[in-house]
Amino acid sequence: MGVTIPLVEHFARGLDAPICLTWELTYGCNLACRHCLSSSGRRDPRELTTAEAKAVIDELEDMQVFYVNIGGGEPTIRSDFWELVDYANAHHIGVKFSTNGSRITPEIAARLASNHYVDVQISLDGATAAVNDSVRGVGSFDVAIRAMENLHQAGFPNFKISVVCTRHNLAQIDEFKALADHYDAQLRLTRLRPSGRGAQVWDELHPTATQQRDLHRWLLAHGENVLTGDSFFHLAGFGDPLPGLNLCGAGRVVCLIDPVGDVYACPFAIHEEFRAGNLREAGGFAPIWRRSELFRSLREPQSAGACASCGAYDACRGGCMAAKFFTGLPLDGPDPECVKGYGELALAQVTPGSAPSPSADHSRRSVTPDAPTPGARTPVTLLTGRRPVRACEDSPLALGSSPDDRLGAMTSVP
Amino acid sequence: MTATHSAPVDPAGASVLERGWQLNPDVSVRPESFGALLYHFGTRRLSFLKDRRLLDVVNHLGEAPTARSACARAGIDDASLPVFARALTRLAETGMLQERP
Repeated sequence: MGVTIPLVEHFARGLDAPICLTWELTYGCNLACRHCLSSSGRRDPRELTTAEAKAVIDELEDMQVFYVNIGGGEPTIRSDFWELVDYANAHHIGVKFSTNGSRITPEIAARLASNHYVDVQISLDGATAAVNDSVRGVGSFDVAIRAMENLHQAGFPNFKISVVCTRHNLAQIDEFKALADHYDAQLRLTRLRPSGRGAQVWDELHPTATQQRDLHRWLLAHGENVLTGDSFFHLAGFGDPLPGLNLCGAGRVVCLIDPVGDVYACPFAIHEEFRAGNLREAGGFAPIWRRSELFRSLREPQSAGACASCGAYDACRGGCMAAKFFTGLPLDGPDPECVKGYGELALAQVTPGSAPSPSADHSRRSVTPDAPTPGARTPVTLLTGRRPVRACEDSPLALGSSPDDRLGAMTSVP
Repeated sequence: MTATHSAPVDPAGASVLERGWQLNPDVSVRPESFGALLYHFGTRRLSFLKDRRLLDVVNHLGEAPTARSACARAGIDDASLPVFARALTRLAETGMLQERP
């Protein structure tokens, strides 16, 4: 009875339309986060126009994409941001947007609280100003807290507080949870990737092996109350998988539309190597999603390569493609943060400076002194950015407790 | 938020078949080769129907007087009924389905 292949295999082979889609509306940002996955700062003159953005929404409606994760840059700096949110909602597409909170005034918070189809995600990378501001810039902690206050006051339930886990903030994990509880918000923890400007700070900021193990235990203990955007599937190598898909969905069930209409396999892979096409050139999104050479190849069975003999491969599937790529590792080998330690060994063999650089850099050129970084070994030379947008939303595939239910088959017929 | 929570459903699923149900108006359905995706705009939850026949049942719920009748219209044999009853119970518990007044 039922399907002849496991649900996860359907996902690995790709669906006719993405389950969740990240759409970065602008490369412009009023912050300059050191780990920004899209190297944002300056707007790009080629960014999609309002009319073009609406055409994308029309197409997503036709494809029955239920919701989009909007990010940037700071998406709210687009003057047509609210118009596009309203347009998406009117076309039956839910919106979750990520923001640094700078535009979430009491008025906007009240408006958001009355909108059934919108979810808000406030980025915060430290539970204290010292830790947060060392990555996101001076004053950004207070801005985020003010936005949370405003949302809470307006009665917006269950907004998300989105944290990129770093070596410096993981010690505050319980404080993040307490903060979320205080605001009736939901905590969302995601993985730091060496993407965009994140490549420059990854060595310094990525969690230690011990922290990874502690994080895995913590996430298991908190279950579905804490969201992860399915971003820690490499931790499945520890044995107990976290709720969620535990599969790289890039080009299969997720993808990224960037501000200029380029479609990438995932938000952490803004590089020519992972660019499937451009909306303007292809005449829309659907042809790229369905027929691009890159996405077709990602939907083919993948080689385990150097990981083939590892007993954990079936669990972690070799980890994150983008993390490997931007640290100079082969795609068919271990993740740089492989829980078995193979990533560290592989990284030791990478020639320094040989890792690919991001294709585009929208960082602001003006150099601003950064706040002191706790434990930082080198002074910050460049300040730019915004918070990373994460791949897939709230682990939409996580609803049960049996092994099969991890895939979200909560209403499956066995 | 207008997430709808139905009245408590018999966990055994025994009575779910004798009642009339409809898809929650906040829920959208996207057919897939393996079955369907269901998305609830209120709870923001996504569910997977892993069997095309369950989608058929769900599609028949609105017009059928009872879930049992919807299952019959979808060609579900008696032996399979308990399995579908459990699936419908789960859909009701998560607000994907609403009991018809």
